[in-house]
Amino acid sequence: MFSEYDVIVVGAGHAGCEAAVAAANMDSKVLLVTMNMNTIAQMSCNPAMGGVAKGQIVREVDALGGYSGIVTDHTMVQFRMLNKSKGPAMWSPRAQSDRMRFASKWRQMLEAHRNIDFWQEMVKGLLVKEGRCIGVVTSIGLEIRSKSVILTNGTFLNGLIHIGEKQLGGGRAGEKAATGITEQLLELGFESGRMKTGTPPRVDGRTLDWSKMELQEGDKDPMRFSFTDTPRLTKQLPCHITYTSKKVHETLKEGFDRSPMFNGRIRGLGPRYCPSIEDKINRFADRDRHQLFVEPEGWDTCEIYVNGFSSSLPEEVQHKALLQVPGFESMKMFRPGYAIEYDFFPPTQLKISLETRLVSHLFFAGQINGTTGYEEAACQGLMAGINAHLKITEQDPFVLKRSDAYIGVLIDDLVNKGTKEPYRMFTSRAEYRILIRQDNADIRLTPLVSALGMGHMDLRMDRVKDKVEAMREIERFMAKTSVTPDQINPWLQSIGSAPLRQSVKLKSILSRPGVHIKDLARVIPAVGQFMSSYRRSYLDSAEINLKYEGYLSKEKDQVAKMNRLETLVIRDSFDYGKIQALSAEAREKLIEMRPHTLGQASRISGVSPSDISVLLVHMGR
Amino acid sequence: MSNPLGDTIIALSTPQGEGAIAVIRLSGFNAITIVDAYFHGKSLVDVPSHTVHYGKIKDESGRILDECLISVFRAPRSYTRENVVEISCHGSPYIIQQILLLFIRHGVRQAEPGEFTLRAFLNGQLDLSQAEAVGDLIAADSSISHDLAMQQMRGGFADNIKVLRQELIDFAALIELELDFGEEDVEFADRDKLEKLVLKIKNVISSLIDSFALGNILKNGVPTVIAGRPNAGKSTLLNVLLNEDRAIVSEIPGTTRDTIEETLTINGIVYRLIDTAGIRQAQDQIEAIGIDKTKEKISKAQIVMYIYDVIETTPQQLWQDASTYLGNNDQIFNPDKIVFIANKMDLNPYTSPEDYYKEGMIDKNNLITLSAKNKMNISYLKDHLYQMVIDHPQALNQTIVTNTRHYQALRDTISSLDKVLDGLVTGVTGDFIAMDIRSALRALGAITGEIYTDDLLDSIFGRFCIGK
Repeated sequence: MFSEYDVIVVGAGHAGCEAAVAAANMDSKVLLVTMNMNTIAQMSCNPAMGGVAKGQIVREVDALGGYSGIVTDHTMVQFRMLNKSKGPAMWSPRAQSDRMRFASKWRQMLEAHRNIDFWQEMVKGLLVKEGRCIGVVTSIGLEIRSKSVILTNGTFLNGLIHIGEKQLGGGRAGEKAATGITEQLLELGFESGRMKTGTPPRVDGRTLDWSKMELQEGDKDPMRFSFTDTPRLTKQLPCHITYTSKKVHETLKEGFDRSPMFNGRIRGLGPRYCPSIEDKINRFADRDRHQLFVEPEGWDTCEIYVNGFSSSLPEEVQHKALLQVPGFESMKMFRPGYAIEYDFFPPTQLKISLETRLVSHLFFAGQINGTTGYEEAACQGLMAGINAHLKITEQDPFVLKRSDAYIGVLIDDLVNKGTKEPYRMFTSRAEYRILIRQDNADIRLTPLVSALGMGHMDLRMDRVKDKVEAMREIERFMAKTSVTPDQINPWLQSIGSAPLRQSVKLKSILSRPGVHIKDLARVIPAVGQFMSSYRRSYLDSAEINLKYEGYLSKEKDQVAKMNRLETLVIRDSFDYGKIQALSAEAREKLIEMRPHTLGQASRISGVSPSDISVLLVHMGR
Repeated sequence: MSNPLGDTIIALSTPQGEGAIAVIRLSGFNAITIVDAYFHGKSLVDVPSHTVHYGKIKDESGRILDECLISVFRAPRSYTRENVVEISCHGSPYIIQQILLLFIRHGVRQAEPGEFTLRAFLNGQLDLSQAEAVGDLIAADSSISHDLAMQQMRGGFADNIKVLRQELIDFAALIELELDFGEEDVEFADRDKLEKLVLKIKNVISSLIDSFALGNILKNGVPTVIAGRPNAGKSTLLNVLLNEDRAIVSEIPGTTRDTIEETLTINGIVYRLIDTAGIRQAQDQIEAIGIDKTKEKISKAQIVMYIYDVIETTPQQLWQDASTYLGNNDQIFNPDKIVFIANKMDLNPYTSPEDYYKEGMIDKNNLITLSAKNKMNISYLKDHLYQMVIDHPQALNQTIVTNTRHYQALRDTISSLDKVLDGLVTGVTGDFIAMDIRSALRALGAITGEIYTDDLLDSIFGRFCIGK
């Protein structure tokens, strides 16, 4: 019934969809297996993409040829660039999505790909022969062969849903859990753990009183996630903000004795940064109120997502407490919030390519690796998809360094440090965040996948070349064009900036706080004329390069120093046991982790700088 | 290894401790030009490879640090195949330290253990079997230097750094909070408070840096003063401790005019022994100067051996001398700092040791009876001196930073903190301030061996309610 596939992807969430697309665009024949074809690319939790650090990841996924950015641009109901008042490294795009349209656009794009086939069924096991994964076994006993398999099971592996004292087996509200895979992997020698996450209640928008809440509109001039020409948002839906109160907290506390969080029924580790409302009240008892974001679920529905009210308290406690929130006095609930526990596999069992060390040609991506978030899942799927293709075509893995991308930081952290709680990206995790910004994701990454031979990258590459050239022209113009005191002083004084005494180059004016190219273009006609021929995004990127030149070059120096070790690949057959000069702890860790490069080795705890020197010596440079 | 191999490195190539001469080696692209800048003699930039040149090394202010012989080896005809300069200077730890610091101040980096050899290998100078031997060497070397570093971190240093680092992390967390969670209901980092904190940290670090310049105690010796009335036997004791005649010894009181420094090693701890002119009313001009010097030495010393003659000195005289010359505050009778030595016990005195006990000044815990002349109880004194350092590491507090690498890390910290202050003044956004705070944390982490990212997130999650 099936011929042999190059890549089988198990699970069709954000990781699975990107994995399928990436492998298919590399020209692998892909089978996407999902338990339910109606829930492809479901947003299980909040209907939003991006945000601080996450928005940067979506831009990176897009630059690498992934579809998450395109799908988001087509289906968002609101766009905001967060952190606009902060430095350019912090600017973070965020979209409020239409949950149903998001999923259907994804399915449409997958179906449009000639290299992707579909099968609806639960995968209950893997076909493993001599330490190599050669396919999957489905619940009705079908054996489907493939050269590689990517597992993206999300929260489905032995998923257990908690609502108050009730427990339901399931991978998502109303959907069955997946069984069999964990048990088989344990038998193969893998180590597994349990994690927990949660989701808030959804309510009926027709029953809310919006006048009692603060309005939060989208940006006046909305941008897009994709570097391609996706449609611009012309109409947006607002979000609202309201707050809990002492009264709400008192009501919630009534249910604490029945909370699976507090009575020990949930043993999985939850994320500290995405706490349930009961956790917030418990841990930060001095706070009288917590912020709630009241978010629309889409254009065509009145369903509302109550962001900030994640809870596993009994549904009637959730209901009673919400009624006391301003604007929610006559609220009707659609679905209660719940907590879900699921199996994950500590990601220190993976190579930097996301292939498992125990079973070759088997890759993990997404929540199975202990991460949380659509964006974190999507980017791992993309990397696993590319690397599965490279593996079966016997090429070197595609690895992004910590200085290349947030994706590089994420995978490096996972593989080398592991994670104790669901891992979410923060900008503070990226030591070189000044360099890995949302505005330059295309310049950083598109050439890399283009060089790998990924399909459909020509137009993107043309765009990158165009942008780089334009930025060079703009930077040159700013460096050589002078401005006289007469031209600029009235405006400088109007913004409280010191007037000029003599002519200076435009570039030096631009380095002042609060001065932007668009201002100069407005004030000085010649500048305006020159700039009018360039896209806004090109001007923005050029301005960042000029304005923060000193910081950027300092950071690049730091990266250059660090990368000396990143480029030194340790061959797989390297025998650490032979080297007496290594400390015992380092030898043990290195044998266990098998780092891909010396740089990776240097980040493993227990491996000291002198161990690295010893390795350098033994590797013969 | 966090350090790039491309920069210029420096290290003392001869063994630590005092020798007639010492060799300091630099390797790297700038090795010749940087030494040339402070060398007064021939222009090293112009001399051929494999030549030796005599001249003086002067610091930035033109002060002569030492007369030296400089050997120049040009790339690739050198041990490391890079430009190499070897400075042969006098073997005083002080001179060595001053020369090292001069170049470190000007961008040269203290070499990691084994780094010269590592460079030699990386540049193709060694074969693999040699290289493997080097690997073992590096490992052995670093465990020793690690032990050393751990020893050196006793006393307040490590704790000081940890406290500062934590304060900085907590503040960095506030900045990160407004960056990563700016959308949420969080408080914002107060820039004035940050400025105050940075200034405070800078002050502490500056004084640590100064302490390095002043002392370098553990490496160069615990300053130990031998004081007492003229002819109490100070010089004899010094000689006995050193087991050879160094100071001029005579029966005439006041023979020792100048203070003389020697080093004594007990169980690996180096004591810089400072003999002093006797304490008494000066009768001539020269001796008056000697006595002033003595008092100054006592006040700066970490250990004072106060020696008295049990035949000539009554308990009342001793107490009075001790109060007058060792100072009146309680601290001076601190048993961590002072040991009283009853000398000439061989002469069968009328008094017994107990007669000299006085509460808060002398008791059996800081009185040692001996005879310097007959070498009686000298080992007992040595044990006592050893215990004074080992049992009371807080006695080491006054001079804290002893490790050149720590010193360098502290200097890096200061320069990053200066950039933070600049950033605050010009009003740059939090992400750039955070970048400089991070590099300060990275520098401090080089001392404490800790990384910051997880600490930062822990600090955020521990203190603030965030997350939707």
